[in-house]
Amino acid sequence: MSHKSMISIGPFHPLQEEAEFFQLYLDGERVVDVDVRISYTHRGIEKLDESKTFDQVPFVVERVCGICSASHPLAYIQAVEEIAHVKVPERALYLRTIVNELARIHSHLLWVGLAGHFLGYNTVFMWAWKYREPTMEALEIATGSRVNYANCKIGGVRRDITDEHLKMIDRLVTGTRGDIEMLTGAVIDDPVLHARLKGVGVLSKADAYAYGACGPTGRGSGMPIDVRRDDPYAAYDRLDWNMFVEETGDVFAKAKIRLLEVLESIKIIKQAVHDIPGGEIDAKVENIPAGEAIGHVEAPRGETFHYVRSDGSNYPVRHKIRAPSYNNVPTFKASCIGADISDVAITLASVDPCYSCTERMCTAVDAESGKEMFDFAQLVKLSQEKTERIRKQI
Amino acid sequence: MDAFGIIGTYIAAAVGTLAIGLFLRWFDRKATAMVQWRKGPPWYQPIADVLKLFSKETLVPSTARRTGFLIAPAIGLAASALVAAILWSAVLRPDVGFVGDLIVVVYLLLIPPLMTIFGGLASGSPHAAVGASREMKLILSYELPFFLALLVGVIHSDWSLQLGQSSVIGVVPLYNISGVIAMVLAIIAMQAKLGQVPFDIAEAECEIMSGVYAEYSGAPLAIIFLGKAMMLAVMPLLLITVFWGGLTATPLGIAAFIGKYVLLVVLVTLIRNTNPRLRIDQIMRFFWFGLAPLGIAAVVLAVLGW
Repeated sequence: MSHKSMISIGPFHPLQEEAEFFQLYLDGERVVDVDVRISYTHRGIEKLDESKTFDQVPFVVERVCGICSASHPLAYIQAVEEIAHVKVPERALYLRTIVNELARIHSHLLWVGLAGHFLGYNTVFMWAWKYREPTMEALEIATGSRVNYANCKIGGVRRDITDEHLKMIDRLVTGTRGDIEMLTGAVIDDPVLHARLKGVGVLSKADAYAYGACGPTGRGSGMPIDVRRDDPYAAYDRLDWNMFVEETGDVFAKAKIRLLEVLESIKIIKQAVHDIPGGEIDAKVENIPAGEAIGHVEAPRGETFHYVRSDGSNYPVRHKIRAPSYNNVPTFKASCIGADISDVAITLASVDPCYSCTERMCTAVDAESGKEMFDFAQLVKLSQEKTERIRKQI
Repeated sequence: MDAFGIIGTYIAAAVGTLAIGLFLRWFDRKATAMVQWRKGPPWYQPIADVLKLFSKETLVPSTARRTGFLIAPAIGLAASALVAAILWSAVLRPDVGFVGDLIVVVYLLLIPPLMTIFGGLASGSPHAAVGASREMKLILSYELPFFLALLVGVIHSDWSLQLGQSSVIGVVPLYNISGVIAMVLAIIAMQAKLGQVPFDIAEAECEIMSGVYAEYSGAPLAIIFLGKAMMLAVMPLLLITVFWGGLTATPLGIAAFIGKYVLLVVLVTLIRNTNPRLRIDQIMRFFWFGLAPLGIAAVVLAVLGW
């Protein structure tokens, strides 16, 4: 066996702003194995939701992820609306579409910028984030906030967008289209970026299916899946748009898909702003009957999936969240092995991972006795001992 | 020149070049900010950075070889200061040079990257080890095209290896073919020697967490910054001296010299802001199979008198 060395990416690493841990086993600079460990920031949101009323939960779940903060509440609300058999007013569906597509633009541009940063291409980083700014402004106009929109509610939306504001949103997204087309061209035609991205981190179609990849990660590997098309929600079935699929499965394909989706989102928003009907924005739901349902939404990273069960009371008795990164993060096992360390960085970034949405509770189990090793009291004791040790050193 | 004069020249050149280097670091950052639609730092920012680092605690990892780890940055800085002294005296006082100072400069320019490798390996960090191995491959890549480019300059100055002679300075005008090729090769090699994008693989923040510099903190890190600033001042100076006319002591000559200097630094900044980082195998292929044959062609052309 050849000599193996280990490089750890994480738990804190400049590559990602969240805590995650990838143990890379190297032969020279070539990765021969990768160990993916998450669950550093488990926050117990599902449990927290059980103590909130149905109307309060959307404000909690939009804090699952700062970037998919339009998708998570919508998925939850669609599940609840299915339990209560609510017919959502047409205008509310269009308003949801507009906010979700604006969020997709800002998420994808954020990724493009970060991908540039990971490649040492900070100009792309700054430019992509500059072009993202009008979208953030449009989101602020639409919902009153740049990050947590607090926009959706069971039965409709909380806040209408006036015609004047719709025109402003239209103007803002139209204004960014030229810039984004330029950025797309610059990324897709850059020979040096080709050298760094083409054929790198390839996730084959078979592997994509085996690991259940979703979103741009799956579409980049030739999986034609998109919840917006496969199980239309909001107003997507009334609008004209395309889904992009690339067969190559490399990082370049994923980058290309994201950039093309940004342009497609602009198209969707322009149609929605143009076609939006008048009328009510809220179905005024009175109570949630007993029952269970699922809701899913195509978040920027892929399908986000919510399961809600109600027993007829004011509180959900069970709420289960599965964020897209939960499917996409394990694909590293297929895409990173055999690559260079320099390629691993961008491959890890290519699925646009979002760790704190993905976190599950984890327990350390002793391999021999099968007993749980650290319970809460033991962890507190460890922490106190460490504090004591540091205090003595000082 | 007596010993006192030599030491005086050395210190004056070191301090002066350092000042120029820190100014150029600011210039580079400001130009980068302008390319990226940012405001950029005030002019004293590099100095403030260095002063702040000097006031910070120096942490030495328990796995490190302490002496080697701490002394490597200082040796690198001293070597680049020596290059600066030789180059400035060749530019300002062409009569006091010595035969073969070009060879000495090339040799001394190899010391800062070698010390980077040395310090990185001495730190005992796996990230630094990967960074050091990358830096090694990087040196192996760019040295050959760099030598070939300088060789073109030597051939054009009638095989003279002395920087200080007026016959050497500015002998390779940019209007002959081999001179232009050599200049392009030297600019690309300069980018690699400065460790800037697309050749910053040895530090590659997002891949190996600053690689060779991963474990450095406080004063040694400040010295590394100073060394980098020094190199940023020295490399354009070398290129101007060998390929681009040096300095003539007229107001117009001085203005042209400053213009060339700024132009070369702008080139470094622009290249680093319009390219992603390359992979090490791509860099080696680029230098060995792309630039090295070009360099050999330039040498042949130079021998033929083109």
